[in-house]
Amino acid sequence: MSRTRTPRARNQRVPLWFGLPAVAVFLFVIIIPSVQGIGLSLTDWNGITDDFSFVGLDNFVRILGDPRALGALQNTLVLAIAVTVVQNALGLALALGVNSRVKSRHVLRVIFFTPVVLTPIVAGYIWGYLLSPRGTINETLDALGLGFLAQTWLGDPRFALGSICVAIIWQFAGYSMVIFLAGLQAIPAEINEAAVLDGAGPVRRFLSVTFPLINGALVISLLLTLIGSLSQFDQVMAMTGGGPGNATQTVSTSIFRIGFAAGDYPYGLALAVVMTVFVAGAAALQYRFTSRKVTF
Amino acid sequence: MQRYTWRTGLLETFLIGAALLSLVPIIGLVNVAFKAPSNTSTALQFSGPYTLDNFVTAWVDGLLGAALLNSTIITVASVALLVVIGSMVSYLIARRTESWSTGAFGIFLLGLVIPGQLSLLPLYQTMVDIGLVGTIPGLVLINVGAGLPFTVFLFTTSLRELPRDYEEAAMIDGAGPVQSFALVVFPLLRPIVGTVVILNSIAVWNSFFVPLLYLAGTGLETVPVRLYGFVGQYTANWPVIFAGLIITILPVLVAFFLLQRSVMQGFSGGVKG
Repeated sequence: MSRTRTPRARNQRVPLWFGLPAVAVFLFVIIIPSVQGIGLSLTDWNGITDDFSFVGLDNFVRILGDPRALGALQNTLVLAIAVTVVQNALGLALALGVNSRVKSRHVLRVIFFTPVVLTPIVAGYIWGYLLSPRGTINETLDALGLGFLAQTWLGDPRFALGSICVAIIWQFAGYSMVIFLAGLQAIPAEINEAAVLDGAGPVRRFLSVTFPLINGALVISLLLTLIGSLSQFDQVMAMTGGGPGNATQTVSTSIFRIGFAAGDYPYGLALAVVMTVFVAGAAALQYRFTSRKVTF
Repeated sequence: MQRYTWRTGLLETFLIGAALLSLVPIIGLVNVAFKAPSNTSTALQFSGPYTLDNFVTAWVDGLLGAALLNSTIITVASVALLVVIGSMVSYLIARRTESWSTGAFGIFLLGLVIPGQLSLLPLYQTMVDIGLVGTIPGLVLINVGAGLPFTVFLFTTSLRELPRDYEEAAMIDGAGPVQSFALVVFPLLRPIVGTVVILNSIAVWNSFFVPLLYLAGTGLETVPVRLYGFVGQYTANWPVIFAGLIITILPVLVAFFLLQRSVMQGFSGGVKG
């Protein structure tokens, strides 16, 4: 080894092969098949043989005239928006609660976070039981004399999607909570003290001091929730499998049904392309609207 | 700053109520799993007879032992590979200043917003062609690819904040790039390695869609895939199903309670005020 080079010059030389394994795996697993997916959504590929012809936007036009696909898109959007709004509102409320002076705050954080580490299909099965016709929810309503409110929650198209949302929010509210908590704990105490001295009440302090300063946490939590719920698959499969009828079919479960079970690959891929546009678009929009930089 | 007032007491009462409510599904899960077939009480009634038979049935008939072993092998292999190749590529991206390095980082980040559903079908065909469907290495490969974007994001951002003094000192002492990375830089990354390991372990252990496609019916099923088959088989025999669910989430819950602080910090890892 020559010692004549300066440390700075040698430091520039992290060898390129350091990146080789990761780049190769990433290209093979994500980038190349994604590009293929976009390309094949414009064809009539049968999934097995290599001869297929270009059909332009036919598969996308088919989506527009297919009530099942449109229904799945609508369900996905309703679920994603409902889960994102409620989960983040609840997560923020819990974070404010466990960031206060309450004595049990450490235990409470652990309890609220526990569902996050559960396997999503396990959470789905537990809620499938709670929401079943003779399940805990209906029994509790009966015991409270509210038996007339009991429903076949997952068997009734009016309630099934909402019931799934409740299960997802139960599982992941703690995730939003820890993200908001990290944001809250990064706010220097002096800033709040200064606001108190200036005579700001708790509501005013929250709106004018706390909320603008947890913007970074808000962006991350909203983005993660939105991306996760737009591709929701596990809980739906565990709770309803997309039923009753197609009342809880999401884009992900439709891709599974159409692309794999029914073998209509290009159509499944067209749905996946639409989903990608939604996810990337939602991410870009949200980033733009919520990321005003706040520094202190 | 604030003292414990009656308002705090009210808040605490309310939060404890919310916590109990949030635990109801888990309390019901445990209670039902121990109930004997003759026990007709409901999920929130704590009356016997109780039994351990459900756990035996779930373990033996559900083939959960094999599934736990498969999940463990797949999780350990995927996470180990992610840590090694993820930290190496991030070191390259963080230390080389050429413009391709920013570009490469951007492409990895793009992976965060490309849903897996887009690559799923073409990748499946390729994996059929090269014979990796229904194998553990095939699934590990996919897990590593899927976990790379977030792993590279975490490693690169923390490597960019790491001062270069230590590696420069090592290089003056004659260490090559491999030595200075493995012996000097990597040990300094310990906190972020913890985060990477925790987040990826949970994601890989819990994943369902991809292992369902690649391993269902092979005898190499992971825990969630096995559970899916098992629930189909024991339709509405909730005590046995719930015993199976408890067996499979127990390792995750034990790990979480032992490492709760690191786990919660890990999940909020992208937030720095």
